Amino acid sequence: MKSFFLAVDIFLCLMVFLCLYRVVFGPTLGDRIVATGAIGTKTLTILVIIGFLYGRVEMFLDISLAYALLNFVGTLAAARYFEAKREF
Amino acid sequence: MLIRDIIATAMILVGCFFFLTSVIGLLRFPDMFTRMHATGKCDTLAVLMIMAGLIVHHGINLDSFKILLILVFIYIANPTATHVLARAAFRLGVQPWTKDKK
Repeated sequence: MKSFFLAVDIFLCLMVFLCLYRVVFGPTLGDRIVATGAIGTKTLTILVIIGFLYGRVEMFLDISLAYALLNFVGTLAAARYFEAKREF
Repeated sequence: MLIRDIIATAMILVGCFFFLTSVIGLLRFPDMFTRMHATGKCDTLAVLMIMAGLIVHHGINLDSFKILLILVFIYIANPTATHVLARAAFRLGVQPWTKDKK
């Protein structure tokens, strides 16, 4: 089961790098915010699975929960900020 | 291998498939709104499937409850964030992509 978790983690890291393409080369600002949110979601999953790999689920779950909150608030703040600045 | 592990493996693999789908959508779709359409739904479902698989693997205890908390939070927060972004873009007059306009 541990090797399966490791394989899933490596797969998700690959997905993060593919999302990073959209963050760097995204034509508009909205594309970048969307891709950043997607990366945050994948990172959260990676963190939980890392907890299962190391056998310390309780610590990594707290980190993951905090990361979910920060990701949500960050996306929300970026959207409201650029809406107020009137540029997208 | 336990029957529980088989169920957990299947659910996690389905979650990985949906992550792959969302990334392909993010890279291949032509427009911000369509990219949002790909990531907003597929990411939510993928996290849901992976977390549910981990709960099945871990059994019922306090850690599983925390995983359930993350799951419910993502289930509520991810569509909300997508909606706020789409509304902000639409109010600022970002034109959605159409087939004849290119």
